[in-house]
Amino acid sequence: MAILTIQILNSLLYASVLFLIAAGLSLIFGVMRIVNLAHGSLYAVGAYVTAWLIGRGISLGMPLHWLFVLLPVGALSVALIGVVIEPLLLRPFYRRAEEYQLLVTFGLIQILEDLMRLIWGGTPLSADTLMDALPIIRLGGLLYPGYNLVVIAVGVVAAVILWAGIYHTKFGVMLRATSQDRRMASALGLNVGLVYVSAFGIGCFMAGLGGAIVVPTQAAVLGMGIDALVIAFVVVVIGGLGSLKGALVGAVVVSFVRTAGIQFFPELELAVLYLIAALVLLVRPTGLFGTA
Amino acid sequence: MKREIQSFRDRPILRLAAAAGLILLILILLPAYFETYQMQLLTYGLIAAIAALGFNLLLGYTGLLSFGHSAYFGVGAYSVAFVVQYLGPHSMEFYILIGVPAVAITSALLGYICVRHTQIFFGILTLALSQVLYSLALKLYWVTGGSDGLRVPRPSLLMGLLTFSGPSGFRQFITSYYYYVLAVFVVCVVFMWVIVHSPFGKALQAIRDNEVRARFLGLRIRRFRWISFLISGTFTGLAGILWVPLNGLTTPDIVYWTFSGEIVFTALLGGFRNFTGPIVGGIVFTYLKTYAVATTEYWQLLLGVVLVTLVLVLPTGIVGALAKLGERLGMRKT
Repeated sequence: MAILTIQILNSLLYASVLFLIAAGLSLIFGVMRIVNLAHGSLYAVGAYVTAWLIGRGISLGMPLHWLFVLLPVGALSVALIGVVIEPLLLRPFYRRAEEYQLLVTFGLIQILEDLMRLIWGGTPLSADTLMDALPIIRLGGLLYPGYNLVVIAVGVVAAVILWAGIYHTKFGVMLRATSQDRRMASALGLNVGLVYVSAFGIGCFMAGLGGAIVVPTQAAVLGMGIDALVIAFVVVVIGGLGSLKGALVGAVVVSFVRTAGIQFFPELELAVLYLIAALVLLVRPTGLFGTA
Repeated sequence: MKREIQSFRDRPILRLAAAAGLILLILILLPAYFETYQMQLLTYGLIAAIAALGFNLLLGYTGLLSFGHSAYFGVGAYSVAFVVQYLGPHSMEFYILIGVPAVAITSALLGYICVRHTQIFFGILTLALSQVLYSLALKLYWVTGGSDGLRVPRPSLLMGLLTFSGPSGFRQFITSYYYYVLAVFVVCVVFMWVIVHSPFGKALQAIRDNEVRARFLGLRIRRFRWISFLISGTFTGLAGILWVPLNGLTTPDIVYWTFSGEIVFTALLGGFRNFTGPIVGGIVFTYLKTYAVATTEYWQLLLGVVLVTLVLVLPTGIVGALAKLGERLGMRKT
């Protein structure tokens, strides 16, 4: 029973990180109609920056609870990168065929992946001090790190804030208006360029946050972004590209299937995920909750 | 005599054939002047060109961007490895005889699923299906060797007529294999040229340009796309079959989706709106990557910058840019 509880908690932990990545990917697609292939790499950048900041913080003798402040800082730095990338590399392509956007973001993957290697080298960067800082929780005889519960909580809070922001604020109305009809929104006096930059920035922030909160539980390693991207793809394909609810449901489905897969059919665990995605695309091309 | 020259000028196909013949002659004469390493590199380039040529039937002529062509390249390579592992004969013709149907069946099956969608959903679906094959290649290690992959020794060529062993075997193999690949390459180019200029090819272009009108004309759009997918996948698979004896090893990397990205890059580099674009792209990309890897540890960064710049500045690729330049010069003359 305790093992089951731990497996469920592990699934939720994974779901929370996946949701952060996939929601950003979905938001960017929903508003800007761009499939950002570099999204996984931005998540990895978030992990690296955070791990590096925490390492610096420790060597400068920062008090332990202050180190937690560095998590959102890591996420914000990724948002900053996004705010630079959008006008520089993506804006020239809104009028051209979507193939070009895919290619630019593919080029961006290669650049970001190698920049990470250039800056932080090939050895994994760990930040497990944070994980050790929180108490370990007892679950019917088994031990579970308290930090993992924080990650789950961050995922839940992020989902609530994102939902409230999109459906209950003026900015959310602007986002949704732009996503439905860019030209009409522009004709009504919306600054579409600003909406695009902020949507991309928020999307990148989510990816960065995912990387920042995951890095204390594992280390930042090369290639983590590319792996994360294809899983995030599976999530948004199942849930529906451009749908917040879809990203949430997709993340939960994928993480539970994956946890079960590792337990019961480890060889086919990845193949099953992609097959589910392909099946959903066949039956409901727009995903479970997609509209576009 | 003058009239003959005139007609020669008026008929671009003759001019084209003459240019192709000249290039072919140069390619045939090259091994006499180049060292083994250069020949090996050029062979890789020709193989990449075949893969990109097949890929471009979908992107350039049918208007579908596949992000999963690594799957067909991989099926080609792995079917050769399986032949070596479980059937035994080390004959290149046998590899092709088994490999091509295997690739054709795979691309027919996966293509049947993929062509139900277009645009971005087509891209994601091709990617997802290629990832299924990747994870199988990685995880079913008792069949595929897992991340270690499978070894493929040097095969004999021309029904066992040419075998390669002994100290000079490697050099002999490279030279002979170059001619072998060149022959296959020429057949592929001619075949693709005929397809693209046939009524079938014109129908594909009509579908690419305006799906609704093509449907009004009575074209069965999904079937045309499916057949295009089948041919495209088979070409790329053939490239995989030719690639594996040269490389000597097949690993799951070539089925991973980033390899599909490289194929897309190749086509774009040369220019996907031209017939010759992917061929030029395949050869240039091979050299570009090899020299990037040789000069810097951070070759991916270099390639990424090239790709982004290319898309920003030269969206029509090398061949497109050259054609435009030629046009401009020609206009100045007259």
